[in-house]
Amino acid sequence: MMARWQQYALFAAWLIVLASTPLWASNYVVRLAITIAMFTALTLSWNFIGGFAGYPSFSTAAFFGLGCYVGALSQRSGVPMVLAWAIATLFVGAFAAALGAIILRLRGHYFAIGSIGVVEVVRLVISSWGSLTGGGDGLNLPLLSGGPDAVARIFLLVMILIMLAAFLVTVAVDRGPLGFGLRCIQQNEDAANMVGVDPTRYKIIAYTLSALFCGTVGASYASWTGYIDPTESFSILMSIKVPVMCLLGGPGTVLGAVIGTAAFTLLEEIFWANFLDYNRAILGAVIVILIFFLPGGLLAISYRDVVARLASLIGRHKAAA
Amino acid sequence: MSETILVAERLNRNFGGIQAIDDLSFALNEGEIVALIGPNGAGKTTLVNLLTGVVRPSSGRIRFHGEDVTAQRPFQAARRGLARTFQIVQPFPRMTVLENVAAGALFGGGQPGVAAAMDVAREQLEFMGLAQFADRPASALTLAGRKRLELAKSLAMRPKVLMLDEVNAGLNASEIDGALRLIRQIAERGVTILVIEHLMKVVMSLAQRVLVLHHGQLIAEGSAGEIVRNKRVIEAYLGEKFARRFTPEAVGA
Repeated sequence: MMARWQQYALFAAWLIVLASTPLWASNYVVRLAITIAMFTALTLSWNFIGGFAGYPSFSTAAFFGLGCYVGALSQRSGVPMVLAWAIATLFVGAFAAALGAIILRLRGHYFAIGSIGVVEVVRLVISSWGSLTGGGDGLNLPLLSGGPDAVARIFLLVMILIMLAAFLVTVAVDRGPLGFGLRCIQQNEDAANMVGVDPTRYKIIAYTLSALFCGTVGASYASWTGYIDPTESFSILMSIKVPVMCLLGGPGTVLGAVIGTAAFTLLEEIFWANFLDYNRAILGAVIVILIFFLPGGLLAISYRDVVARLASLIGRHKAAA
Repeated sequence: MSETILVAERLNRNFGGIQAIDDLSFALNEGEIVALIGPNGAGKTTLVNLLTGVVRPSSGRIRFHGEDVTAQRPFQAARRGLARTFQIVQPFPRMTVLENVAAGALFGGGQPGVAAAMDVAREQLEFMGLAQFADRPASALTLAGRKRLELAKSLAMRPKVLMLDEVNAGLNASEIDGALRLIRQIAERGVTILVIEHLMKVVMSLAQRVLVLHHGQLIAEGSAGEIVRNKRVIEAYLGEKFARRFTPEAVGA
């Protein structure tokens, strides 16, 4: 496992790479960078409840979709864009805190199922409440002026800032009593209770943190695309992809969510581009293999061991030749 | 006479049809070592669970320093200074030994931050003779080591009352001697100790007072010397038939 400062340094480097894509890469790569920044923010969020606290939440899409709708509705009623994002963030956070007080009584599989249910319930409410949300027709939002390239640059910056905020909160949680208490809960909730951790309070805080940035991401995503509908906003695939990304990188760590998201998104792109017919199947197989053989995620590999083993292999080759 | 610190008043607890604790009252005085003994299934662990908020009594009250704490939850008990160890040890397996103890110091012991908690944890590990294992994962310790870890974790919480649920079970003779020495040292710091124990050696050498539990009831209370001659206690452990053979008259005859 890398030292903390190494993880911070890698994150900073990655941030610079993503932010500088408009300077050296095509529009396709810039859009990819936006997607990566956006999903990194979502995955870092999930890490609070799923990684640190070890509660397998599938609520991400509910928080994201609610963020989309609260942001869109605020903007349509005349609230300035950035303020609408802030409203969406606070609303989703409050929603998660209230919901968490109920749903976090469940443990393990039951919690997972309950958290999936949340996505469906919120989606149904949004799509049935046609008078407010436009129902299945969706909602249009005012587009930013300046052409798609300029807009893409703006939203690249926005998503990177959200990702940075999520990362900074992760660092603070990781180093402070909150992260310590959540790790205790993850390993043995009853024992955590016995040493003085208030499990309910800690879990609600983690669940709320896991929702906050999803709200911001959702609202700004809505502003970027200019159109939202219930099916796309509350996609169950998002609720599954985000935990997979985090598990792939290393749950409960600072950098795992970042690495996992980057690796997953890039793999997805590669398979999409090269194997149009079988890309989902290949991706699924890769995920299963990675999670089977790397239960601690990519971050848990001892890279020094790998390098040493490779070096000795090469050395043997040379000796044989 | 020192002050009473923890009082149980007419505690009852039933699980379905089983009366695990039956109208039980007792008091612990500040700074004493009290042993709680009784045959298997007597309700000893249930009593500790009641006192630390793991289960709530069906009726009755618990007072700590005069305050009614009957409805407390485990983390509140921990923060108040009611610490316990478990018969079946409960470490955080993937944390280091040091972090395990620091968790107790930070949350139960009210240390202001993670760094301060680590310092307290280091002191406790030193005291418990676990310092050389500080950076090992807790799951790598032997059973005796894990029992010590439990104790270190509880001590890091700065307890006022420490309940030790069979900390000596499964240890060998020399390990038990070590544990006895530690428990005495803890008591010298002014911590009130309630030891749950099957080993009479431990009870006889440690306890100033012994409580005997049988079928959830307190059947005897007194010094260790009195308890071993108490007819009801002998009956509880051996059954009536055998107890009669051990009465002084029978032995004398």
